[in-house]
Amino acid sequence: MLNQADTHAGYLDPILIRHRHNANDLLQILIAAQDHYGYIHSDAIDHLSGQLGLPRSKIEGVSGFYSFLHLQASGEYRVLFSDNITDRMLGNMDLMQSLCSQLWVEPGKVSEDGLLSINTTSCTGLCDQGPALLVNNIAINRLTQERVNAIGELIRERLPVSAWPAMFFAIEDNIRRRDVLLGSHPKPGSALAALLQQGAAETLQQIKISKLRGRGGAGFSTGSKWELCRDAPGEQHYVVCNADEGEPGTFKDRVLLNSYADRVFEGMTLCARIIGATRGFLYLRGEYRYLLEHLQAVLQHRRQQNLLGDAILGQADFNFDIEIHLGAGAYICGEESALIESLEGKRGTPRNRPPFPVTHGYLNQPTVVNNVETFAATCLICLQGGAWYAGIGTETSSGTKILSVSGDCERPGLYEYPFGVTVSQVLSDCGAKDTQAVQISGPSGVCIAPDEFNRRIAFEDLPTAGAFMVFDRSRDMFEVARNFVHFFKHESCGFCTPCRVGTSLLSNMMDKLSHGHGSPYDFAEIEKLNVLLQSTSHCGLGHSACNPVLDTIARFRPAYDKRLAHKEFVPAFDLDRALSQARQMTGRDDTGAHLERSHE
Amino acid sequence: MSQSNTFTLDGKTIPYSEGQTIIQAAMAAGEYIPHLCFNPEFKPHGSCKLCTVKANGRQTASCTQHPAPDMVVESDTKEINDERRTLLQMLFVEGNHFCPSCEKSGNCQLQATAYQLNMMSPHFDQFFPDRPLDASHPDYLLDFNRCILCSLCVRASRDVDGKNVFALSGRGIKSHLIVNAKSGRLADTNFSGDDKAAHVCPVGVILKKRVGFAIPIGSRSFDEQPISATPHPQGACPVGPRSNAATLPPHPTVKDA
Repeated sequence: MLNQADTHAGYLDPILIRHRHNANDLLQILIAAQDHYGYIHSDAIDHLSGQLGLPRSKIEGVSGFYSFLHLQASGEYRVLFSDNITDRMLGNMDLMQSLCSQLWVEPGKVSEDGLLSINTTSCTGLCDQGPALLVNNIAINRLTQERVNAIGELIRERLPVSAWPAMFFAIEDNIRRRDVLLGSHPKPGSALAALLQQGAAETLQQIKISKLRGRGGAGFSTGSKWELCRDAPGEQHYVVCNADEGEPGTFKDRVLLNSYADRVFEGMTLCARIIGATRGFLYLRGEYRYLLEHLQAVLQHRRQQNLLGDAILGQADFNFDIEIHLGAGAYICGEESALIESLEGKRGTPRNRPPFPVTHGYLNQPTVVNNVETFAATCLICLQGGAWYAGIGTETSSGTKILSVSGDCERPGLYEYPFGVTVSQVLSDCGAKDTQAVQISGPSGVCIAPDEFNRRIAFEDLPTAGAFMVFDRSRDMFEVARNFVHFFKHESCGFCTPCRVGTSLLSNMMDKLSHGHGSPYDFAEIEKLNVLLQSTSHCGLGHSACNPVLDTIARFRPAYDKRLAHKEFVPAFDLDRALSQARQMTGRDDTGAHLERSHE
Repeated sequence: MSQSNTFTLDGKTIPYSEGQTIIQAAMAAGEYIPHLCFNPEFKPHGSCKLCTVKANGRQTASCTQHPAPDMVVESDTKEINDERRTLLQMLFVEGNHFCPSCEKSGNCQLQATAYQLNMMSPHFDQFFPDRPLDASHPDYLLDFNRCILCSLCVRASRDVDGKNVFALSGRGIKSHLIVNAKSGRLADTNFSGDDKAAHVCPVGVILKKRVGFAIPIGSRSFDEQPISATPHPQGACPVGPRSNAATLPPHPTVKDA
């Protein structure tokens, strides 16, 4: 019998050759392999296993971790509705239901003819132009009933996604306020030329003087990070740009990569020169796959201009190039050590730290991992000096910050401000009215009420990776928190007990309140879970998973009180709801198929 | 120099050598810190978090945390034991653990640790996951219902047996153990009862067939003494004197059960 794997060699071998049969590129190989059938065929795993020298269990284990990789047929058209709270507020659930009815398919299942599947996915970073969806991993924005009807028709006609109307894929930048970063347009290569003129040591000194801190949210000093990495012994040093912008409500990196990619790559190249790296990676979240061709073209252009590759700008000892690695639907890979695991082709489980990536990163070598915005900012510092940059913003938060504003406001989009701007200033600029709450820095950040709108965006007050979601008084803050809790449950990597089980327990508790079975007992349980997750979780995801609930309980108690139907504990179990499966199977929904419910 | 290093564990002075983690040094000194995914024969993993302690006031997994000179480590306190009990309850409700009917009862580290920490009930609502058994292998049974994702079998098969029979797949609450076969069945792997991986499961997932209940409940490892007094937990000991699997002669292999 012919080895079944041979039939897969045809499309797999070119992929394997492109990746030099390097098992560290497993995730990239799997993403490319999936394009052939829309899922990873079981026989294809045999071929990959043989060619890469990896056990099948490892390949399946990696595939099973990432939401966008499938080991079973998932339809020729895989439609994923973005399910951030901002998409919900714009009616994504009704639109999804409408597409499901139109195409006779249940959410989460593959249609009987194998044509399509429809499901939800975590925030796709289009909150300023939602509701959004991904079809075969390509983003479509501004969904309306008309657009959804058209999509249904296109799928029914089996038109390839590449032939769908271009207007569906017209993603906008929506830059509303420019400051030093978004407002300047230095010539590509000018920062590199400045670096070569002043020397790597002096450039690092300027970055330290600038007091630039990481824009991913944690705020570690960029200069110190580069210096620690430069000084760490290793055979190779690596530069990694974290473009796994997964925090719901954040979309600034999408715009930076779309319209300022040269700046980002130039920042990475500066870093490479300073720390002595010859290889860099941009880890691009799978949701932004539509940017890949554009980014590859920018890289290619930079190589042609001698801004990348061998002997950059004629310096014989200045060799550096950048590869783009794609993510595949895993928020946790935004955590730097999980990102490195993913770059190495593994499951995206955060590592035990210390050691930190600056000494033990990619392939255990010294590695700088910085946010997209951080790299872009280093170009400005290189050109205009550290003191100039340090003069912008506040004493401990220098420079500017790009906010991704979405939710209830007239002008959602990007707003760049010097650090120290008040929340109320941002609200006034974006045209927010009757605002009830702002979620700063996404679900893992903080939710603030109007009496705190005089607080400032800065590391010393409200640190943020950029998300700024606005909720007016018509919104139910309980549902906001419940959406975030479901997000954490979906994105927990599952490595440690407290986060893996705790996020599910928390999600169940919020559902229990939503179903009207809540009592003060459940509040105490949530508090208890929070303490446990804070103190015992393996990484930041678990540490912050309870934040949305605690913040909203503290500030929007009435939203919870109206769900506390009981003074004393009642179980979450509801016999009538438990019978829903039986009702569905028998096709009955008459009174006889329901229990008599005393509280109705 | 390294030999003179000490830290305190609940007030007791514990010596440690370079490279040891807190739990390794504690165990070497005969002190018990509750744990499940840690096994002294393997590189620490740090996933179950049962071994969480307070080191200089900061909570951390003692299996992966290295001590520092004069570090003050708290372990057997009400606060930490309360948290450990909650972690155990999480593990109990996440899977399907029915101790009275489980062959591993009395030899199970999860059960014994729950007794040790006075866990009286699972507290949370059960998840009742649907996890089919794999009885395909002639000599071994896999009951995934009891898996706590400690990955000891994964590590043993990969690092000791050089086989990669086991791996974790899925993510989050859907994480699960898989075996290295296209069919997904243990019988189609090169797994053998002689493998280290066959003998490291701290709970009742990897079970030898036809020796069930050979030692009656009541006379098993942790029936005789609590886990804190048992120097080498049953799971860590391939064919140790208390292992009920070892008390019977090997059974002739039969075809697919």
